Amino acid sequence: MIAAEATPAEPTPSGTPAELIQARGLTKRFGDFTAVDGIDVTVTAGESFGFLGPNGAGKSSTMRMIAAVSPVTSGTLRIFGLDPATRGPDIRAALGVVPQKDTLDEELTVEENLWIYGRYFGLSWAECRRRATELLEFAQLTERAGDRVEPLSGGMKRRLTIARSLINDPRILLLDEPTTGLDPQARHVLWDRLFRLKRQGVTLVVTTHYMDEAEQLCDRLVVMDHGQIVAEGSPRALIQTHATREVLELRFADDDNGIHVPSLQGIGERVEVLPDRLLVYADDGDGALAAAHARGIRPLSALVRRSSLEDVFLHLTGRTLVD
Amino acid sequence: MPIVEFHLRVMRRVWRGMLYSRLGTPLLSLLAVGWGVGLLVDRGTAGGVPWHGSVLPYAVFVVPAILASSAMMTGFGESSWPVFGAIKWQGTYHAMLATPMRTRDVLVGHVAMVGGQLAVGAGAFVALAAPFGVWRSWWVLLTVPVATLTGLAFATIMTAVAARSETEGWFTAIFRVVATPLMLFSGTYFPIESLPAALLPVAWVTPLWHGVEACRALATGLIDMGPLLGHLGALVAFTAVGVVWSARELERRLVR
Repeated sequence: MIAAEATPAEPTPSGTPAELIQARGLTKRFGDFTAVDGIDVTVTAGESFGFLGPNGAGKSSTMRMIAAVSPVTSGTLRIFGLDPATRGPDIRAALGVVPQKDTLDEELTVEENLWIYGRYFGLSWAECRRRATELLEFAQLTERAGDRVEPLSGGMKRRLTIARSLINDPRILLLDEPTTGLDPQARHVLWDRLFRLKRQGVTLVVTTHYMDEAEQLCDRLVVMDHGQIVAEGSPRALIQTHATREVLELRFADDDNGIHVPSLQGIGERVEVLPDRLLVYADDGDGALAAAHARGIRPLSALVRRSSLEDVFLHLTGRTLVD
Repeated sequence: MPIVEFHLRVMRRVWRGMLYSRLGTPLLSLLAVGWGVGLLVDRGTAGGVPWHGSVLPYAVFVVPAILASSAMMTGFGESSWPVFGAIKWQGTYHAMLATPMRTRDVLVGHVAMVGGQLAVGAGAFVALAAPFGVWRSWWVLLTVPVATLTGLAFATIMTAVAARSETEGWFTAIFRVVATPLMLFSGTYFPIESLPAALLPVAWVTPLWHGVEACRALATGLIDMGPLLGHLGALVAFTAVGVVWSARELERRLVR
């Protein structure tokens, strides 16, 4: 429906229709602080691309540059083959932006928010109304169309923000931490909607510090830390490269989990020490637990799970994503 | 202008409250100051207020100034918290800028919204004050654009201040140390000739004095073309500076 028309990538002036976003040595500085430190990123049409990293990794600054609202400090950036420094309005005309913090007009009604936003893109009133009806359906907000925005729940506001970002049939949808602050149920509803868009061929660019979100939404992602890209690939490839198949989590009664490391030597491939638990990386988690028990190690609790992007991040940076 | 449409939509929701606050204060001032204080002033030896060689009944003297100074308050008010909130709390401007709109469109939309409010407010005040017999000339109709311009001079400068501010603490301070003294010492309630000579130049460089003098000339029909054009020129100049400055500050704040 809505985005189906946006799917085929029209030839861009650069003549490379497949590459919607291309960044080389992309850098953003605020005074002495380097938020984004020379990253290379290419996003092709139809792809779902993610920036995964903790708060302050430079994800949002990167997104704002891609959204053509934040000037590039150095390096080159092309969106649809266009330079955001000179063609900002043209680029923004074909982007949908879901900012980290909702920027809805709370005094207006749900549908007025969509109409007015459509007007900013130069759509006629008739067109705005037509698309708003469709998008409210898509965002499951049809019953709330005439209500004011202010009393809506967080999840509804988020869905309205996404609906609003689609009013111009964007070729790329930029989502900056789309589900941060939402309860689990609202997150799943939102993921479902985004998944539909992805199936319709909308190019999604997502930032997140939730590994499950990255795993759900992204075909390919980069892991960012301190403004730099520390790893790149599909979620599965990253896990294969940087983690084992399974992880054994051990909790002990002691304040310092580090004292148990020597006794675990030789079990699994490596051990990470976290403040509240120990992670033993092993392809066979149950086997590792049995080996630990055989050595007389008695943890308070033990859990074997599949490894995730969280483990990849921990391995690459020595820190957890959400602290 | 789609951004104007946005402001109209918001306004449609709040216009009643806005009209009461825009007209309530000036109408109360008209009664309390124009009529109340006027009773005392007009009984004095001069029989009114001497102004540019004429003696005016106090109400005739003061009501055009109330018009100009309430335009100043509207200009200040609509460009302080509303602009700050649109940047910092609601992100309204950020949302606009994620579309093909540019900062200059945001500014034009804001100025048009404030200008529209000022014009409607001034028009309604001129109409409502008419039965009190305070207008002495049909030229008074031109006080509507002049008061609007006076308000815009303050609105644009305040927009720049709001775009610069990281905290809202500024605004209360500005209302206290800028707006209130201006209200008192810009020839509003008494001719600036009564001020100590050292303070005269201060009055000359404030947009409000120019607005007050221009509105008073038009409302009384005591028009001296040279000074009137001078006052209008000054108001245009203040507004132009405000527009350029606020455009720069908005760009700096929103596009970074």
